[in-house]
Amino acid sequence: MSIDSVFVHKMWNDNELSKMVDGGVPFPMLSDASGKIGRLYGVFNEEAGVENRGRFIIDPDGIIQGYEVLMPPVGRNFNETIRQLQAFQYVRKSKGTEATPAGWKPGKKTLKPGPDLVGNVWKEWQTKMAFED
Amino acid sequence: MTEEMAVGCTRPGGGPVDETQNLTDKPETDPNTTPKEIKQMIQVGHKAPDFSAPGYQQGKFIDVKLSNYFGKWVLLCLYPGDFTFV
Repeated sequence: MSIDSVFVHKMWNDNELSKMVDGGVPFPMLSDASGKIGRLYGVFNEEAGVENRGRFIIDPDGIIQGYEVLMPPVGRNFNETIRQLQAFQYVRKSKGTEATPAGWKPGKKTLKPGPDLVGNVWKEWQTKMAFED
Repeated sequence: MTEEMAVGCTRPGGGPVDETQNLTDKPETDPNTTPKEIKQMIQVGHKAPDFSAPGYQQGKFIDVKLSNYFGKWVLLCLYPGDFTFV
C-alpha cells in the first residue's frame, strides 16, 4: 500500500515489477491516496507526504501480532518477517503452550513456559542459539 | 473476497471503514485532549483497524476490505511510493 493511485500501481507492476517477479505481483497493491489509512496505522510521514515503511502481521482474528516501521531509505528484511510469521503461527497452533526464544526458526527448540522452567531456562537454551542458523 | 471495481477519471483512495476510527480528522471538541493524544496509535494485541482501499491485482482493479481477509494471516506492508528505489 502506498499513496500512489491504482493506475500508477498498474504501470509499476506491468513495466518494472513484472520483470523482477514472474507473473507480476501476486497480491493486491493498494492505494491510500489521501494517507488516511497510513495515519490510522501511525506510519504516515507528514513531512514527506508519503507512507513510511510500515509492516503489520495480522492474525486470523484480526489482531495485530507485530509491526515494524522504517524510514524510507532502508529496506526491510523479508526473511525476518517470514520468520516472525512462522513463529506466531507456531505459537498459535500450540494454543500458547509453547514460546519461541530469540533466534528461533522452524525446527529449532521452543520453550514450554511453566513453573518448572522458572530459573531453568539456562538448562534448555544457550545464548549462542540466538545467533545460530 | 474482493470485488472488481469500475474505474473513472477520479483518483480513488482508501480510508477507514469506520470513520470514527480516523480520529485525526475530527475537530478537537475536547479542550483537554492535545492533538498528539488524538492521534491513534497501533498496539500489538489489539484489533487491526478496518479499512477499504482500491487496489490493482493481476490485471484487475479491485476493492479490498481488510476485514474480508480475517480468518487468514495478513501481512500489511506500506511503502513510500511506486518507482522509488528501495
